[in-house]
Amino acid sequence: MDKKTPLYESHIKLGGKMVSFGGYILPVQYKEGVISEHMAVRNKCGIFDVSHMGEIEIYGKEALEYINYVLTNDFTNMSIGQVRYSPMCNFEGGVIDDLLVYKIEDNKYMLVPNAANKNKVLDWLLENKKGEVVIEDKSEDIGQIAVQGPNALKIMEGIFPKDALPEKYYTFKNQGEIEGRKVLISRTGYTGEDGFEIYLKSCDTVIIWEKLLASGKDFGLVPCGLGARDTLRLEAGMPLYGHEMNDKISPITAGLGFAVKMDKEEFIGKDSMEKDKHNTSHRVGIKMIGRGIARENCDVLLKGEVIGKTTSGTYLPYMEGAYAMAIVPGDIEEKEIEVNVRGKNVKGVIVPLPFYKRKERN
Amino acid sequence: MNYPNELLYSKSHEWVKYEDDLAVIGITDYAQDSLGDIVFINLPSEEDELEKGEAFSDIESVKAVSDVISPVTGIVKEINEELLDSPEKINENPYEAWLVKVAEITGHEDLMSAAEYEAFIEKQ
Repeated sequence: MDKKTPLYESHIKLGGKMVSFGGYILPVQYKEGVISEHMAVRNKCGIFDVSHMGEIEIYGKEALEYINYVLTNDFTNMSIGQVRYSPMCNFEGGVIDDLLVYKIEDNKYMLVPNAANKNKVLDWLLENKKGEVVIEDKSEDIGQIAVQGPNALKIMEGIFPKDALPEKYYTFKNQGEIEGRKVLISRTGYTGEDGFEIYLKSCDTVIIWEKLLASGKDFGLVPCGLGARDTLRLEAGMPLYGHEMNDKISPITAGLGFAVKMDKEEFIGKDSMEKDKHNTSHRVGIKMIGRGIARENCDVLLKGEVIGKTTSGTYLPYMEGAYAMAIVPGDIEEKEIEVNVRGKNVKGVIVPLPFYKRKERN
Repeated sequence: MNYPNELLYSKSHEWVKYEDDLAVIGITDYAQDSLGDIVFINLPSEEDELEKGEAFSDIESVKAVSDVISPVTGIVKEINEELLDSPEKINENPYEAWLVKVAEITGHEDLMSAAEYEAFIEKQ
């Protein structure tokens, strides 16, 4: 049966349309709908319940060696307070999950996997355990709220002391607290905007959600559901597990080569990826020119021949058009392609990712 | 949710209004609400033949794509061209935003009254 997050009642009160996702019941949207939630995040701010995400702690004398072995990124030169993104691969070089790694202390890390993959990740970690490490699933005890958009900082400053807020992208602070409620605040997100992700005790989630809503009242803060989370990440060109990658697609093909450190001596999946070097398939962006919206799993055609498949696609509200991501061979030089949308070939053009990039602050 | 009394309703969530010899067809409030923000619509051409129980249009929202099923058999007399550029009008007012007007009607599906449709929705 699906679990409820601590914010279930709050979503109902706010008019959330609840759906099943990754083993949890979560709002796909609230009353105003996906487009207005999406635009709120681009122009002002949105708040998301992401309590479904997993949290796994790994610590012990050999924690660093161990995560360097089970994950593809390199954590050797990471400082306390930094966050790093990494795929986790199987021995065939396919992706088991992609996750965030928080360095809490020397040899103590927090991994944040996708909700639907959490048990798979945990099993894999235990199966491939090496050296002196302890692996603990904290997911049940930890809630998570994301605050995303250009007004995120102002809203956070309204309830947290300034020194509890991390300044740089992909860093975090865990000294924050309100009224004795401890939180870990990270400057990360899945929307392409500036923003924060707040990890907190499940029992504190509702009260801090409400404080944030109150603080955000004058800054256009809007609760956002899974629908906007998906359109925002797609517009920002971010991959989603089960779409742009899966246990058969390598992180290199998925466009995540920046998080695969082949110069590391050993890690799970390295040998297979080395053998697969000649494979030039890669992830691209497609802007639809003709009338039609490509969704996932549509054939991509070049001069009438199928060359690949879309992995995600929808109408992107800020870009005001239909866009998709697809995996195609690397030697394609032509930009004009077609996508088979429900039996009809519709014109599209290959464009650089991300589709949307926010303007730099300052 | 709003279901005007003067309309007839299909199980696949279209509404029909008879105006003289024409059947005006749209999608219901329930249908637009389930779809969410509508961003794209394909309509048939004038003079196309529609067959009851068969898809004649598709509507895309941010979330999904959905076929629109014809409640009648007949010939398309007029399409609502305004919707091609502004499909969001269906969300704003699903009973103003008709899709097609159909003439030469030779058959129709079993249609429900507003009260019957409302009871049908309750059971969904």
